[in-house]
Amino acid sequence: MEIFGVPSALLGSQLLVGLINGSFYAILSLGLAIIFGLLNIINFAHGAQYMMGAFVAWIALTKFGVNYWVALLLAPIVIGALGVLLERTMLCKLYKLDHLYGLLLTFGLALIFEGVFRDQYGISGQSYPVPALLEGGVNLGFMYLPIYRGWIVVAALTVCFGTWFMIEKTKLGAYLRAGTENPQMVQALGINVPLLITFTYGYGVALAAFAGVLAAPVYQVNPLMGSNLIIVVFAVVVIGGMGSIMGAIVTGLGLGLIEGLTRVFYPEGSAVVVFIIMVIVLLVRPAGLFGKS
Amino acid sequence: MTSAFQPRPEMLRISDLHSFYGESHILHGIDLKVARGECVTLLGRNGSGRSTTLKSVLGLVGRRSGSIMVNGKEVIGEPTHRMARYGIGYVPEERAIFASLSTEENLMLPPQVASGGMSVGEIYEMFPNLLERRASPGSKLSGGEQQMLAMARVLRTGAKLLLLDEITEGLAPVIVKKLGEVITELKKRSFTIVMVEQNFRFAAPLADRHYVLEHGEVIATIPAADLPQKMDWLHQTLGV
Repeated sequence: MEIFGVPSALLGSQLLVGLINGSFYAILSLGLAIIFGLLNIINFAHGAQYMMGAFVAWIALTKFGVNYWVALLLAPIVIGALGVLLERTMLCKLYKLDHLYGLLLTFGLALIFEGVFRDQYGISGQSYPVPALLEGGVNLGFMYLPIYRGWIVVAALTVCFGTWFMIEKTKLGAYLRAGTENPQMVQALGINVPLLITFTYGYGVALAAFAGVLAAPVYQVNPLMGSNLIIVVFAVVVIGGMGSIMGAIVTGLGLGLIEGLTRVFYPEGSAVVVFIIMVIVLLVRPAGLFGKS
Repeated sequence: MTSAFQPRPEMLRISDLHSFYGESHILHGIDLKVARGECVTLLGRNGSGRSTTLKSVLGLVGRRSGSIMVNGKEVIGEPTHRMARYGIGYVPEERAIFASLSTEENLMLPPQVASGGMSVGEIYEMFPNLLERRASPGSKLSGGEQQMLAMARVLRTGAKLLLLDEITEGLAPVIVKKLGEVITELKKRSFTIVMVEQNFRFAAPLADRHYVLEHGEVIATIPAADLPQKMDWLHQTLGV
């Protein structure tokens, strides 16, 4: 069967790859959006934190025999705790300064983290096995679906929409939204904004680590895996609108699919299509598709 | 019951309060006290330091020195988010309604800091407009509705010391009248109120005492009973 002259199996598999990439874009840009919204910090270390999440899972497996499912919880906790430490010792000193200072600090931290892991593990990738429960695949008739790749999409969407629900529908989320608008007033109303900021940064970083564990069995675990991805993720955040939660999720998934389709119909453009869209969005709607001007 | 021999206990005492925004020295040794259940106003021209006095109580300025006692406890070293726990409710000049939250989310946002706060039912009875607009985003409310919400938000928390900054500014006369009724009701319920107010006609019948500020200092304290004799001087000083 062909669709627009393209075999359905090829189209389906590229759309699946696009959806998987989109899931990573969504989960990473969501973390960036939450952090930027409340802290006003462009967290350039996000890619390195994603990479460290994958490494925590790999080290836990190879050194301590900790399985994938435990790592899926453990890595976000460990890397999230590291994020809390960074926020309390470094980032908290930058909130009153221009965004540029936060970007520079986190960029420097990203280089340090990557440097340490390159020094320890080199740049050749480490393989991480697919968990036994998620091995194999399903023939959907028009394409073959590896179960683990389906799991990535389900897990990422669950975490993304769970986070959206927490922010939009709970009291803690109301604190976060109010704190994003006017942190001084939220403090005056009796809410501990410094603690909220620390929690938010830790949670955003934990999301990156969670994505890293999800990615470990699909991509090679290597110190540069984050820096390869983070530039695209920043483009996703800009297109969705800085600080927009739903914008990050929808744009991440949408751009992943567009990238996948481009790979089918015009492969030469697939590496730059996201950036072309970013340029157009910046010219037409500088605040992003979901952002408030 | 209070009398001349049993004065009402102090709710707020500010002594030698200096405040700074960056290098700018805004308050130059403010002294004032407010007894429990009293309503006082801070009068003065723009830039005299009235709003900064309220912000200084909450720690919303750059740097402070001096003493701020709330209910007999020194609080000048406390971080802003702990001030609500001392029973302080703040209604800022710009109202600070959160646009991304619904009316009800705005109302329910502040944690309850003490027992005795008004119930949601009582609040909706006092401000029926808010009940009708409970699902509307904060950004869609009119100026009057936003002001009512800013007041309602702190009344639910159990706060007993209300710091109200220019609550009538830019509002229609019918809303100002309604706010006057609300303040009268709050006085009956023994709330302690410190109001910064440009609308002297609004403030004069409500307040027990007026502090007049100029260049970050208190230059006069006028009890309500002395107001008629001081009107000419006030006109000159405030340009009202």
